[in-house]
Amino acid sequence: MQLVRAHVLVCGGKNCTASGSEQVREAFAKELEKKKLDQEIRLVETDCHGFCEMGPLVIVYPEGTFYVRVTAEDVPVIIEEHLVKGRPVDRLLYKAPVKEDEIPKYKELDFYRKQHRVALRNCGSINPEKIEEYIARGGYASLEKAIYDLTPEQVIEETKTSGLRGRGGGGFPTGLKWEFCRRSPGDLKYLICNADEGDPGAFMDRSILEGDPHSLIEGMAIAAYAIGCSEGYIYCRAEYPLAIKRLKIAIAQAEELGLLGDNILGTDFSFTLHIKEGAGAFVCGEETALMASIEGKRGMPRVRPPFPAQKGLWDKPSNINNVETYANVPMIIGKGADWFGSMGTEKSKGTKVFALTGKVNNTGLVEVPMGVTIRDIIFEIGGGIVGGKEYKGVQIGGPSGGCIPASLMDTPVDYESLIEAGAMMGSGGLVVMDETTCMVDLSRFFLNFTQSESCGKCTPCREGTKRMLEILTRICEGEGVPEDIETLERLGRVIKSTALCGLGNTAPNPVLSTLRYFRDEYEAHIYDKRCPAHACSALLVYTIDEEKCSGCGRCARACPAGAITGEKKEPHKIDPEKCIKCGSCIESCKRGAILRL
Amino acid sequence: MKLTNREELKKYREEAQKEISARNAEEIRVIVGMGTCGIAAGARDFMTAVLEEVNNRNLQVTVTQTGCIGMCEQEPLVDVQRPGEERVTYGKVKPSDAARIIVGHVMHGNIVEDLVIARFEEV
Repeated sequence: MQLVRAHVLVCGGKNCTASGSEQVREAFAKELEKKKLDQEIRLVETDCHGFCEMGPLVIVYPEGTFYVRVTAEDVPVIIEEHLVKGRPVDRLLYKAPVKEDEIPKYKELDFYRKQHRVALRNCGSINPEKIEEYIARGGYASLEKAIYDLTPEQVIEETKTSGLRGRGGGGFPTGLKWEFCRRSPGDLKYLICNADEGDPGAFMDRSILEGDPHSLIEGMAIAAYAIGCSEGYIYCRAEYPLAIKRLKIAIAQAEELGLLGDNILGTDFSFTLHIKEGAGAFVCGEETALMASIEGKRGMPRVRPPFPAQKGLWDKPSNINNVETYANVPMIIGKGADWFGSMGTEKSKGTKVFALTGKVNNTGLVEVPMGVTIRDIIFEIGGGIVGGKEYKGVQIGGPSGGCIPASLMDTPVDYESLIEAGAMMGSGGLVVMDETTCMVDLSRFFLNFTQSESCGKCTPCREGTKRMLEILTRICEGEGVPEDIETLERLGRVIKSTALCGLGNTAPNPVLSTLRYFRDEYEAHIYDKRCPAHACSALLVYTIDEEKCSGCGRCARACPAGAITGEKKEPHKIDPEKCIKCGSCIESCKRGAILRL
Repeated sequence: MKLTNREELKKYREEAQKEISARNAEEIRVIVGMGTCGIAAGARDFMTAVLEEVNNRNLQVTVTQTGCIGMCEQEPLVDVQRPGEERVTYGKVKPSDAARIIVGHVMHGNIVEDLVIARFEEV
């Protein structure tokens, strides 16, 4: 018997013949003969393999390599690569379609493993424009339970027991706030939702408004029942047109079903909900300014007391909570205070939604139980820093919050721990920074924001933030003087303690916290006129390493300011007077000869 | 129609649940993430491309929308749900991917491996 070293099986089934297996077989016969391989490799025609949609099929033994959709043109390649050189032809190999159970479940993804979605329970799974989907998933059952089975006092008690605290940043116990308003004398009381989410990089509330508007409406209706309000307002920033559109749809649907309006579900509880669009002022996120804005006045805060619970909207007792706070309420009434209290820490119960942005791999919206560490959020859920750069810190709480350095990344995320670390929960914006972020520049960015958003009513905020911004700008431009650090600290302390409202009270936080943890960067800017992160362009110097420069002229052509000169094949030079520090030369140089110091 | 007592709400809920499970048992659904993040990443263009594919091929497919699931980095996100099978999420889809998802997964049940992220489930 003649020994062969390989068999080539070509399918001769009817379907494969139809798709051209005949030609493939002939090509093999011809090509094997031509290469004088026909004695050591045997060509076999087989019956149908039943895998016709991928035909013509070719199987090579002894390996059992399975080729699909082979054409006559592929044959010389298979012979040359596989049968002569022993390398299977990848592009023709059969790849099994992925099976359902090979795909990870959401819960198995790093991004979701540590998440626990309460406020975001329906976001991304239901159609937000269809009330039936919300109701099918148990929506409005908590409202029904509250108004049929519980007294207003019991609803407040349940909320107090749950330990729910305001998710807008302050962290005031929600049940207590409701109780104050309920006990306030007067028949007409207002319920308000603060949906004026204005922190740069924060979009938690937007996601709830757009993805699950009924959870907010239900939460507000329960609160209205508990406090005794018959009218409510959602104050939503006009920059969220989609959120407003979906809210309007949701309110209309709820009214049609009698879940809002007069005599809800046939009881004598009535609650009407309005939307008020903000006009884009950050200060209107402050409760007294927000109420002034609803009244049609200029959005400016006023002195508290009297607190809104005593004298709020149109001087009537009012309760104001943020979107996420209300969205938690149906879950607390539905599943009970104990269930809610089982999540989180001793003093911070439940979960918190964070908007994860900046130099992190998995940007997005995450909801975690309180007490999870910053490390978990950034490195497990967030997947670490983009480009494998070094993690430097995280700005938590937006322009009102503070910066927590890498050394404190095991800080648990709860109201008290964050305050202790010099930051605050804020509404939940997390801006992740890497080694290329300059902390002085970062403070300047946030102060620039609060300074331009200051309403100007009180002097500490109006003048103080302006002076702080001037100093920070000076430091970034290399004009800082040694007294600047002390002046910044003093201004910060004074503004914090004397400003009229939360905007001013918290505006110095980014500066004070970076001074606390990154003082050396301020000092480098002031004393050495150097920006350690190479971010402040005024402090950068571009030079060419003469050893490395080959005189190719690429950088000179790339320079938009004509600052680079030199003879061909001789080291070039940068004129510091003309250099605009744009970095184009660095990108153009192939030898790494240009240095940024 | 106003619901005027508990029983009516209960009945409304049961009907809605029945309708949804009947829908899931019969219809193939393509669900596009249409939060602001999805739209900013191109969800509208993708949805248009899906509708075009569905119309050109005359398919019985329901194309619908949902809000933000949180993975904004992966937007635009789209889910495909075939009756009796699990809802599968694809990410970073481009209008040019619509044909692959429609022909591969929606019509033939073959999951498009290079775009798939996960099997959808409540988190």
